[in-house]
Amino acid sequence: MTAPAQTGAQPQATTPGAARIHAAFARAAQEGRAAFIPFMTAGYPTASAFPAVADALLTQADLLEVGIPYSDPLGDGPTIQRASEQALGGGTSTRHTLQLVKDLRARHDTPIVIMTYVNPIYAVGPREFMRLAQDAGVDGLILPDLPPDQDLEIADLAAEHGIAVTFLIAPTSTPERVKLVAEACTGFLYAVSVTGVTGTREGAALGEVPAMLALARQYARVPVAVGFGVKDAETAHQVAQVADGVVVGSAFINAVQHGQDVGALAASIAEGCRKD
Amino acid sequence: MPLTLPTYPQPDERGRYGRFGGRYVPETLIPALDELEQAYLTAKTDPAYLNELERLHREFVGRPSGLYLAERLTAHAGGAKIYLKREDQNYTGAHKINNCLAQALLAKRMGKQRVVAETGAGQHGVASATAAALLGLDCVVYMGAEDIRRQELNVFRMKLLGAEVRAVTSGTSTLKDATNEAIRDWVTNVRDTFYILGSVVGPHPYPAMVRDFQSVIGEEVKVQLQALEGTPTPDVIVACVGGGSNAIGIFAPYAYLPDGQRPRLIGTEAAGEGVDTGRHAASVAGGRVGVLHGSMMYLLNDAEGQIVPPHSISAGLDYPGIGPEHCLYSDTGLAEYVPVTDAQALEGLQLCTRLEGIIPALESAHAIYHAVELARTMRPEQTIVVNLSGRGDKDVAEVMRLLDLPEGQSSTPSHNLPGHNLPHAPSVTAQQEVQA
Repeated sequence: MTAPAQTGAQPQATTPGAARIHAAFARAAQEGRAAFIPFMTAGYPTASAFPAVADALLTQADLLEVGIPYSDPLGDGPTIQRASEQALGGGTSTRHTLQLVKDLRARHDTPIVIMTYVNPIYAVGPREFMRLAQDAGVDGLILPDLPPDQDLEIADLAAEHGIAVTFLIAPTSTPERVKLVAEACTGFLYAVSVTGVTGTREGAALGEVPAMLALARQYARVPVAVGFGVKDAETAHQVAQVADGVVVGSAFINAVQHGQDVGALAASIAEGCRKD
Repeated sequence: MPLTLPTYPQPDERGRYGRFGGRYVPETLIPALDELEQAYLTAKTDPAYLNELERLHREFVGRPSGLYLAERLTAHAGGAKIYLKREDQNYTGAHKINNCLAQALLAKRMGKQRVVAETGAGQHGVASATAAALLGLDCVVYMGAEDIRRQELNVFRMKLLGAEVRAVTSGTSTLKDATNEAIRDWVTNVRDTFYILGSVVGPHPYPAMVRDFQSVIGEEVKVQLQALEGTPTPDVIVACVGGGSNAIGIFAPYAYLPDGQRPRLIGTEAAGEGVDTGRHAASVAGGRVGVLHGSMMYLLNDAEGQIVPPHSISAGLDYPGIGPEHCLYSDTGLAEYVPVTDAQALEGLQLCTRLEGIIPALESAHAIYHAVELARTMRPEQTIVVNLSGRGDKDVAEVMRLLDLPEGQSSTPSHNLPGHNLPHAPSVTAQQEVQA
C-alpha cells in the first residue's frame, strides 16, 4: 500500500459551507483518518424512516451525503436507482429533501452535502434552489452530471448562497480535464474509482486511483475523496490510505433494504477509514 | 455522386444550440465525447469514409429513396400537391439505417469492436444490429421490457442478426430507461465501446452528427424536387418528431436558408390522447426546458424536475424530450411544431394506406395527417413534402388491436375514418402512477 499522499495546497475556504467541509476533513486528518462520507437517498426507505437512518449514519460520519431522489439517475447503478424510485414513490422529491436536511441540521453539526442531478435544480430554478438549500443548512453540492464547464452560473449561485460545490473526475479524465475539474471544486474533489456507475463491486481494486489522485492533487485546492465501489471496512481501508475522504453509498442502501444494522455497518466502515 | 456531409451554423463550439444542447453527462464520458467529436470531424472530410458510406447508401440501403407524388392523397385533400419522401423504402424499413451505418463505420474507424444502442419500437435496434452484422461488430441493444413485449418480432430480428437484446426493467421499462441503461453501459465500458445513439438527442456531438448523417434525406429532396417541379424548395415540409432525427434530416438542409427562401418547416409532435390530458409526448407543446440524457431541451418534466413518462400510440415518438436543434428552431421560428393526436395519426395511417397503397409507420402517420389538413388550405400549384420516415409493418398488430374494421369494407374512406372510437390505451405502469 502506498504511503498517505498529502494535499498539495492548504484548502482555501471560499464559502461558509466550504469552511465547514474543510474543517471536517482536517479534523479527520488530525485523528489519522480519511474522512468518512456515507451516502443515503433522501426519503429512503420511507420519508418517515429516513431520519433515523440518517441519524445512525451521522453518529459516525465526518460528512453526510444526501441524494435527491431522481427519476433518471444515469450516473447511478441499480441499487441507488431502486432507492430513488422507492423514495419518489413515497413522495420525496426536491423540496421535500431540502426540508429533511433542514430537520437533520437542527439536530446535528456534521456538514451535509446534497447529491443531485442538474434537472431538479433547473426545474426549481437555480436561484430558488440555492435559496432553499441555504435555508436548509446545506454545506455543499455534488453534481454527477454537471461537468464544471457546462454551467458556470450554478457554481457562482452556490457561492453566492454560501454553498460549496464538488465535481467529479474519473479514471478516463485527461490531465487537462483533471485540472479544470479540480480547480472548479470549492468543497472537495470527488474522484470516481472506476469507469462505471455507483454500486458495490466484487474484487474492486484501486487500480488507476493512486495515479489519478496524484494528478488531482497537483491542481486541487480542496481535499480529495474517492467513491464508487467501496462496500465495507476492508475496501474503505484501502481507499483511506490514498484519499482524504471515502464515500460509501450503495452498501448502506443495501443494508437498509435487508434490514441490517446501518449504525453498526457505519461504525465498522468508519473504523476502516483509519490510515495505517 | 460523391457524398459530402453538410456543414451548418449550429451548434456553437461548445455544442450549444442557443441555450439548448450541451454535455450534461458524468465526467467519465467527457474524454470519450471529445474523442468521438474529433473522429467525426476527421471522417467527415475523409474521402475513404465518405466513399464507403456512399457505396453502402447506394448498394446496401437502396438510396436514393423515392420522392413520390401522392396523387390520390392530393386529390382527397383538394389543395396543394403532396409528395412523400419514401424513407420507408430503405433497407430495414426506416430512416434509422442512414445514421446507424454511418456511426458503425465510424466505430470501426475508431477501432471499437463493440457497439451499444437503445431502442424503443425496435427500428433503431434493428438498424444498429444490421450495421453491426454488416461490419462484424459485437452489438448489445437495450430495450425496455415493456417494449420487448410489444415488439416481439423486432426483438427476434435483432437476435437473428447476432445482437444481444438486454431487457430494461428500471423506471417505466420503455425508451427513456433503455437510453439511461445504454449510457450506463457506455460509462462502464467506454474504452472499447461505441454508443450508436438513434436520434438527434444526447450530449454533443451526437445531435449534430446524427443530423448530418440524416441530412441525406433533405439533400435528396432538393435534387428530386428540382427534377419534378423545377425548384429545389417546396412550400412546406412536414415530418414527425419524437427525438426528431427524421425531421432534422429533412429540415436542416433548408432551415438555414435566408428568410423568404425557406419553406415552412412543420414538425408534428405526438399529442397522444391530447396535450391537455397529460397523456402525450408533445415536448414543445406540453413540456418545459430541462436536461435529459446529456442535453438541455424541451422536456416533459414536473415542477421538481422528475421526468414525466410520455405516451404515444407510436412507440417511436414515445420519448419525453426533443432534440436541441428543434428547440432552437422552435424558439426562433425557423420551424413550427404542432401536436397531432393518436386518433388523428390513425386516421392519417388509414388515409395513406387506402388512397396510396402505402402502410406508413404510425410515427409518419402523424405527419401525413397534418399534411392533408394543411394541403386543403393551400393552392394546387403549391407543394408539400412529407417525410415518410418508415413503413408500418411493425405497427400492424397494434393498429389491428385499435381498429375495428367493418366486415367487407372496401370503399375509399371519407375524411372521417374509423378510429375515433378508440378503446382506451393500455393502463399506465406502476411508475407512471407514482409520478402522475
